[in-house]
Formats: sequence, structure tokens, C-alpha cells
Amino acid sequence: MSDPNLITLTVNGRTYQLPEVPGEMLADLLRYRLKLTGTKVACGEAECGACTVILNGEPVLSCSFPAAKADGADILTIEGLSDLHKTPTADGQLIPLHPLQQSFIEYGAVQCGFCIPGQIMTSYALLERNPDPSEEDIKYALKDTLCRCAGYPSIIGAIKAAAFTLKTGQPLPHPPIDPSNHAGRVVGRIQPRPDAIAKVTGKAIYTDDIQFENMLHARVKRAGVPSGILRKLNIEKARKLPGVVAVLTAKDIPGEKNHGLVIPDWPIMVGIDEQIRTVGDALAIVAAETRQIASKALDLIEVEIEPLPVIDHPVKAIQDDAIRIHKNGNLLKHIKVRKGDVEEGFAQADVVLEHTYHTPMHDHAFMEPECSIARLTPEGRMEIYVGSQIPYSDRNQVARALGVPEEQVRIIGQLIGGGFGGKEDIAGQIHAALLARATGRPVKLLFDRQESLIVHPKRHATQIRVKVGAKKDGTLTAVETELFGDTGAYASLGEKVLTRATTHSSGPYEIPNVKADCYAMYTNNPPAGAFRGFGVMQSAFAIESMMDTLAEVLHMDPVELRKKNALKVGSITNTGQVLRESVGLMECIERVEAEMNRLSGGNPFIPKPVEGAPHRLRAWGFAVGYKNTGLGGGAPDKAGAEVELRRDGTFQVRSSSAELGQGLPTVLQLIAAEELNQNPRQIDVLLMDTDLTPDGGPTTASRQTFVTGNAVRHAARALRQLLTSELAERYDVPPQEIRFIEGLAQVNGKQVSLSHLAEQMLESGRQPLASYTYWAPATRPLGQGGDMHFAFSFAAQAAEVEVNTLTGEVNVLRLIIANDVGTAINPLGLRGQIEGGAIMGIGHALTENFIVEQGRVITDRLARYRMPSITLTPEIIPIVVEHPVTEGPFGAKGVGEIVLIPTIPAITNAIYHAVGVRFDRIPVDQEKILLTLKERSGNY
Amino acid sequence: MNIWQKYVIPHSIEEAIHFLTSAPGPARPIGGGTDLLLEIQQGHHPPVHTLVDVTRIPDLLRLEEVGAHLFIGAAVPVRVITESPLVRYHATAVAEACGLIGGPQVRNTATLGGNVAHALPAADGMISLFAFDTQVEIANDGGRRLQPIHTLFKGPGQSALDLSSEIIVGFYLPLRQSGQSSAFSRVMRPQGVALPILNMAVWMERDDRVIHDIHIAIGPSGPVPFRATRVEHELIGHPPDSISLQRAKEAIHQSIQFRSSAMRAGAAYRHHLSEVLLEEVIGKAWQRAFELEAV
Repeated sequence: MSDPNLITLTVNGRTYQLPEVPGEMLADLLRYRLKLTGTKVACGEAECGACTVILNGEPVLSCSFPAAKADGADILTIEGLSDLHKTPTADGQLIPLHPLQQSFIEYGAVQCGFCIPGQIMTSYALLERNPDPSEEDIKYALKDTLCRCAGYPSIIGAIKAAAFTLKTGQPLPHPPIDPSNHAGRVVGRIQPRPDAIAKVTGKAIYTDDIQFENMLHARVKRAGVPSGILRKLNIEKARKLPGVVAVLTAKDIPGEKNHGLVIPDWPIMVGIDEQIRTVGDALAIVAAETRQIASKALDLIEVEIEPLPVIDHPVKAIQDDAIRIHKNGNLLKHIKVRKGDVEEGFAQADVVLEHTYHTPMHDHAFMEPECSIARLTPEGRMEIYVGSQIPYSDRNQVARALGVPEEQVRIIGQLIGGGFGGKEDIAGQIHAALLARATGRPVKLLFDRQESLIVHPKRHATQIRVKVGAKKDGTLTAVETELFGDTGAYASLGEKVLTRATTHSSGPYEIPNVKADCYAMYTNNPPAGAFRGFGVMQSAFAIESMMDTLAEVLHMDPVELRKKNALKVGSITNTGQVLRESVGLMECIERVEAEMNRLSGGNPFIPKPVEGAPHRLRAWGFAVGYKNTGLGGGAPDKAGAEVELRRDGTFQVRSSSAELGQGLPTVLQLIAAEELNQNPRQIDVLLMDTDLTPDGGPTTASRQTFVTGNAVRHAARALRQLLTSELAERYDVPPQEIRFIEGLAQVNGKQVSLSHLAEQMLESGRQPLASYTYWAPATRPLGQGGDMHFAFSFAAQAAEVEVNTLTGEVNVLRLIIANDVGTAINPLGLRGQIEGGAIMGIGHALTENFIVEQGRVITDRLARYRMPSITLTPEIIPIVVEHPVTEGPFGAKGVGEIVLIPTIPAITNAIYHAVGVRFDRIPVDQEKILLTLKERSGNY
Repeated sequence: MNIWQKYVIPHSIEEAIHFLTSAPGPARPIGGGTDLLLEIQQGHHPPVHTLVDVTRIPDLLRLEEVGAHLFIGAAVPVRVITESPLVRYHATAVAEACGLIGGPQVRNTATLGGNVAHALPAADGMISLFAFDTQVEIANDGGRRLQPIHTLFKGPGQSALDLSSEIIVGFYLPLRQSGQSSAFSRVMRPQGVALPILNMAVWMERDDRVIHDIHIAIGPSGPVPFRATRVEHELIGHPPDSISLQRAKEAIHQSIQFRSSAMRAGAAYRHHLSEVLLEEVIGKAWQRAFELEAV
């Protein structure tokens, strides 16, 4: 170092000299000082690889690489990659992207996009050293570069394709994905995401990538204890720390003191003499000139908490002598399903079985930690920049906390680096707004990974008792379930999640007698809320494990048992709903069964030793599942959308619905393009802005393709009619003689450009715009019979596992996955959902366990909460089953959640078939497998 | 709240020692920093004023044969060690262990010096060094000295070195002779808090019939790492057949108290895995010992 206080480094070919900042990591230097925000920080603890950059030719983790250590280094970031190499096309052109970037786009490896710069840079380093990597090489190199959308198979395919192109100079080979059986002109065909280029070049902007001039940085003082009364809070020392601009407590909240999606029971901050209910409760918030100063200020806040007993389990919460976590007691809701008479059903049964199953909390572990920026406009309105699944709910909750009308708040939704249900509740939106209001300056509140893990709602931990009765031939006569669900300290969506768990707890079967009771309980654990699968993942694990046990007791084939009872068109569900159409369950079962028999060579459920390694046993397991599309249960389910023809002749589709990586922009783009007969490239999709986009409702319950998809379809149709009548009038031709083709209208053989049409309409004072509010078919509340939901998706899966009987280790080798999705509108996005759901299912089955002891979070780092890495990727054999729904857009129904639901019991059932160890709780514990095997062999 | 106040990059051992001893506050040497920085950040390590980056000191970056020894510099990235033909030949177990540290990105910065200074009782790299008669070269302002590796540990995460004034220069491992070999393996538990349950390194010298000499290191088998000498004793002079392996397994049970830890594994499971790993590493090393391929 020539000057000890200067760092010299070359980034993407440009040399910089920068003063050294104590404690600064390379990622921060790149992101905040050089504004190269393509490099992402997802964990800050050297676990996830999102921050990977190439330093002197080797990939390193910039989040934990001291900036000073990079002195003299040559660094390549995602922003510099496209300068190095271009991608040839079939017609001899060059796409101005590195083949890795282009292949990630074409193979659908890009979903939420947050991990993608890290994936691509790590892959780049691999290909530099190994131009022709095998799948094993790829898995080894990307072992620690995590993706929660988990398109690992697509990532592997993309890397191989790029390697081929780099080696041969040939165009990228096409991804092996089929169009829909009901494909239209564009709907149902392969279409790359509209935001993919930005995501592979590092230009995509997520909230933490935004910096405003004069912006402050906020941090939150959290309770750190799970139960108690806040007796004292002294913020004076913190307030006096140089660089601290504001410290606020509960008494500084001008409006409502609580937030909450359904019940406002969650304090924005806990006030003096008020109750602390979970470790993540906020006590005070700080805004300072730097994040470091804000963090230091937290340590200077003095807190005195009178401890209370900790209720750490829902069964403890229901006891009469348990302390009350909320004024009205600890029972959030008792949920009941009744059909027929179970006692009679059990009396008719030849076999009655009963067992209790347990599932733990899970964390969404979306790659992008929560971030909110609040900014007052000169007019005094509050703008919130945030990646949120429910922008209009954010607006409502922020406005209520500030005590201002909703119109005074604008949510400007940013790209979301993964959500999975975990970005439906308020995280930092209100805190940032309070601080922006108090200081008059923009305020950024970014969670670190630890805060994210402790604060946002988790998947509900459940205890599920299942009692089944069946005839000798396998006909189910009765199912009784009793669920205890841990909704943690606050309601969030607990009642709705656990209602779904309850109504789905007897599985996708037609059963004459059903009784289900669920007790949704408050505890002092972190709150639980929405998470992909929404309660159904839990109950599917219980019932599908029980069905396998039942098959064994009845000496029946497990697939036959499911076929015998499967829901079909005409069936009546346990809530009294008659299924009139679109029940593809039997086709899912039959197609998975056929593929499983083909791959296993028959007898899939008999363990087979691996040749040359007899201690490794392989077998298959089978499971089915179903999941509602849409809110259901009588909740009004609607979405607004508008479509506009712009002056340049392109269209814009607008809705506040959220894109979390699942591919909604592509779906809406394809639907509008189909209706308007345009190229999808002519359609721009704007989402998640409460000023600019109509309310699309929450992005939850696998509903957006159906609900907002329909809204866009109808709006596009209305716009088409509007444009047609405009042209008909203007050119005096009958409307039926007007056609639209790309960028043009054909009027009586004459061509009119759409930009010209837009100009003309605007000049004559008419907006070339149509909006539509789509109301999904009405549903009825639980307990009233009739249609509780307007559609269901169905699925069957088979998993092949290998169990090492020397160590107990389990590997998932192959997954056959069939989903009835109605119509596959966006097959590329669908593939991503299928892969990601399956990998998340593998994680839930084998690795993930959000551990809380006495209300304290043990798994408070990504290093401790194990989401699956690419090394766990099995071969995935997807089967798309399409039983269209009349009311769905082009027949489509939801898919975001069903993909995950059968995976877990398929794996645990396979383990049972391989080694005879039955798991009634997840994750699977390899120690238990081994010790059980040893006990059984009398070796212990 | 800054993780450090001052970050210095010396280019010689003397300069590094000077930075350490003259810092106005607590000072620590840093290699890749993959453990140290996180520990400071997460409050598991007392605050540090000055970090002395040792990764540009030429002496610490050497990886070469020195007389009858293989020298591995303390600051050589473990990726380089994994891929080094010298290490793969002379100290296969070390190459295998280094290939399992972290992920590829971490291996580009992590060092064996850091792995050993960190003093965790089950660190993969450190355990592999234990199976060799590794001598560690240490420098302070009094000069340089050699110490056997087993003298460097005080307790879990506690090094016997004075890290405020001394640094590890590198490791001397005996060159592989005819009939010698080594192997390393481990078992992870991916469930919940993912941590290695058990790892094992072995160094062996055999003839065509029996094991002449053997070193076995198992981690974690106590607060500080140690060689499983009683297990070794059962194998020396015997072929690795089922009888002597059975005696060796019994010796594990008699001489090593595995701990049950809620997040990792129960003692019974660890004991079982120690038997599985023992067979595996001895089997590998026995095979390898006669594969004297040229470097």
C-alpha cells in the first residue's frame, strides 16, 4: 500500500483509489461507494454466496472480505461480465450478454433474481477453470451458492448450455421444456421473463440498492426476551451519541399502536408497562447518519424487563393455568370441520388407526432480507419503497400508524428477492415511516439476516393427531383429526393458515365421515403466518404418512389405496363442496405411478441394495396432495388491473399484485399479448405501486394467475373493444373488419399504427385505457357447505431415496412430480415453481428446522437454519397435468404451493420403504434411522 | 461497532510481529478471516482494534519440500492445498480435509493457519494435520520456533498461542515414504443446525501384511484434539482385519468419551459413526499405501 489510508483496486477494468473505512467489507465498498449494486448481500455471514465476486481470478465472498484486503486486487463483478463475452445466435447475430447470462435467462434459472449475480459469478469461475464441467463438478462448485427459489436443475442446465456455447461458439441449446397442451398463440408457450436481463446483468434494483441523498439508517431495539413486562426504557445515552438523529419509542407513535393483517394485535413498539410477547418485539427505533452509529446506539439503550413465564408450546398455551399472552386468552381460534358422523364411520371400519405427527417451524429464508425506505415528499406524503406481497395492506397499516388518510401514503413496490409468504406482514415499513416523519429525511431500515430470522412470521409448527377408519378393501369410512397450531406471539394470518390446515387434514379423498378440530394457539414463540403451502404442507405430511401406514396394515399397494379414495369430478369434499370440474388427481396418480414403475422396474416399494454397496438401500415413496386456489371461505376475492395503449404503440399492464420471483409479470404479459394479439415484448408490466396500479389484492393462496390473470384478461379485452370501436368510428368500418397484429391495427386492409391510434385518441381527449376489477366466484365460509373454494390444484409425487444404513444418511435421488395446474400459461415459470417447490420440500423433509428453545431462537443465522443447497438436487421428472377450470384465465389455476405439498411425505414414505423407519416428525433425523436399525439388529 | 479500526497488510514476518505488538489496542493476526471476522461481528470474540493480515507474507505462502519435510505455509489458501499435487501425494488426508472446508468461495480465502489458530476441536484441516507428526513453526519478536501441533490447544476455541504477539508461519509434515499413506473422512448431519458430527484422519505405514505404524485423530473427541493412541496401539503390528478392527473399535469405546450435544448428535450415534469412519479411513489408507504414483 503506497498510502496506508487509500485502497487501490480495479473493478471491471476500471481503477479506483478510495479512502479506507474501518470495518468496511468489500461488498459494502462495491455496493454503496461504487454503486455496483449487482453484488448482493443476503446473509452477511459467508453462508449463501450471493455476494460472490471474482478477485484475482478466484471467486470470493465479498460480504466477509475486508475491503482493505482487496488493495491492489483485480475484481470482476456481475456488471463487468457482459464485456468479456457475447452470445452467438442461430442467425449469426451476437446477443450482448455473456453466454452464462443468456443461458440463465433462456433456461428459466432466473426467478426472484437475488442470488443470480452470485450464481453466475460462481459459475463463471467454474467455467474458467473447467470448461466442460459434469453435473457433479457443478454441484461441488456451487455448493455454497444458495437459491431459495431453488431452480437448481435449471441452473445446472444453464451452466451446461453456456459451457457448450463457450466451447463451440454455437448458439445455446434449447431448454427441454414443452409448451402447454392448450397453448395459444403466446399463452402456454416458452417466454423468458421480462425482468430477466436486468437480473442477470446486476441492473435489477431491489430496495437496498436504492440510496437517497441525505438518507438516514435505522435500526430496531428488540426485546431479546420472549415474555415479560417492559418496566424501564432509557434512550438518553443513545440520543446523545453523535450521529444519532432520532430515537423513538411507543409513545411517539401518532396513530394506532398496533399492526396486523387480520387482527391488529402486534405492537409497533412495546410501551412502558406493556407486555413483551416474543424476542423480536420492538422497543425503540433509531435513525442515525450511518448504520454503524445506529447499531451502536442500540447498545446504549437501557432496558429493564420484568420476566414472565414463557409459553413455548400450543398445548401448554391451552392449559387453564397458562398466563395470558393476549387479553382475550391464548386461543386464537377453534376451527371445526364436520361431515357425517365419525363415530358411525369408525364403527363401520374393519381397521382403525391413530397416530400423532409433528411439524416444526420453518423459515422462508428468502434471499433478500427485509428492507424499507421511507421518504417524505415535499408535499408531505409518505413514500415507502419496499418489496411487499400486499402493497395496499402496507399502505393501510402505515397510514393508520401515522394517523393520516391512506392517500397520504404511497407504497412503491420494488423487486422482491423471494417472499414465499414471508413478506405479507409489516416488517420495517412502519418503523421507517415513523423515523422519516420525525426527522424529515429519507430513512432506510434494512434487516440483517439474524433480525430477519427472529422477526418475520414463520411456518406454523403443528401437532396433528390423525385417526382413520377403513374397510378391508381400503375404502375410507371416517377420518378424525385434531390439530394444535402454534401461531406464536401474534395472529398474523394464523387463523387462515390453520383453517387451511384443518380443511385439508383428511387429504384429497372422498370420505363420508370427517371431523377435524384445530386449536390455533398463541405462544411466546416468534409469530407464525403465511408460508407457501399455508398449513396444508403440515396436514399433508400427517395424512399421507397415515395413508401409507394404512396401506401396510391392509396389505394394499399404497397407490391403490389412494386411487380407491381419490377425489374426482362429482366428489363431495369434507367441507361439503361438490367438485364439478377440473379434478386431475387421478391422472396425476396414474401418470406418476406409471413413471415410477418404469424407472424402478417394478416393485418400487421393496428396498433394493446398491450394487457393490449393499449398505445403501433404495426405495420409492408415494404421496398426493391438493391445495385451494384463492382466498376462499367467503372472503371477497378480487383483483383490479388496467391495460393502457401508450403513445409509442406499446401496452402497459398495471396491477398492484406482487412479483416475488414466481413469474407473474410473464403470466400477465402473455395473457395481455394473447388477448391483444401482440408480441409479448410489446407489453410492459408495472406492479406493486399504490399510486399507479389498481389493487390486485394479496399475493398469497396461489391466487394471482387466476385472479389478477383474469383481471388483466378482461381489461385487455375491454381495451381491445375500445380500440376497435374507436377505429370503427374513425374509419367508418364495421368492427368485425378490424384486426390487431403486432404494433398495428388492420382496418379494412389498411394498416394503422397503434402509436398513431393512441395519439389520435389522446388528442380527442379519450384515454386508450381500460380497467377491470375481477371478482372471483363467490365462496362460502367453512361450516356452511357449498363452495368453500373456487378451484383446487392437485398433485401426486413419487420420491426415490437412498439410505446409508451405516450412517443413517438419506439422499433423495429422483422425484416424479405431477401437478394438475388447469392450464400451464407460462411453462418456463411453471418449471421453476416445480423445481423450487420440490427442493423446498426436500429441505423441509431433510434439513430445515427452525429451532426455538423457551421462546429463544437457536437458528438465528443462515449457518444454523439449513436451507437446501444444490448438492441435494435430485433428478426431477416433471409431469404437467392440465384439467382446465372454466372460470380460470385460459383454464389456469394456482400452482405456487401445491408443488411443495406431497414432496415431504413422499420422501418420508420412501425412507420407510427403504429401511422400515417411520417418521412422525420432520426433519428426518439420520441419527434416529441409524439407532433404530441398530436396535433392530440387536446390535445395541 | 466497527469490526476493526485498523487493517494492516505487512509483507514480512518481522513487520507483522511489529504491527501486532505496537498496536494501540487489541491486535490479532488474520488469514482468510472466515471464522474470526464472523466471531467478532457476532460478538463471540472480544473487540479487536488492529487486524494484521498475514496473507501477503511470502514465507507464509510457501508450499514446498524442505529437506525431509513438506512445508505448508500458514497463509496458503486451502483451495491451493487441496489441488496441490505435492500435498495430494505426501499428505492426502490434508488435501481431502481441506477440500471439505466451507464452500469453494471460502476455500479461496481460508487458511490452515487460521484453522489451527482457531482451535476448534473438530476443525477438518487441523484434525488432518494431527494425524501427521506435524511441527508448527511459530514466530514472535523472540524469533522462530517449532512446536508439535498437539501443544497448541488450551480448550475449545482457545489457542495456546499468544495471538496478540505471535503468528503461525507454517506446518512441517514428514514426506511420504514407501508404504505410507493417509486418509480423511467425516460425517455431517444436515438436519437443523448443520455441523459435522465427527471427522477422522489417519496416517499409516504398512508392509504387505501388517500395519507398522498408525496415527489416528478424531474430532471432536474432547475439549482439545488428541491422538487416539490406544486405538492405534490395537492396530500396530496387525493386519486391518475384522479382529483387529474390532479391538480398535473397542478401544475407541474405552478411551474416548464422546459428548452428546443436542444440536449435533448423541454420544451413542457418535460412537457408532466413529466405528464406521475408522473402517473407512483405514480401508482407504491401507489401499493407498502401495499406490506410490509419481508426483
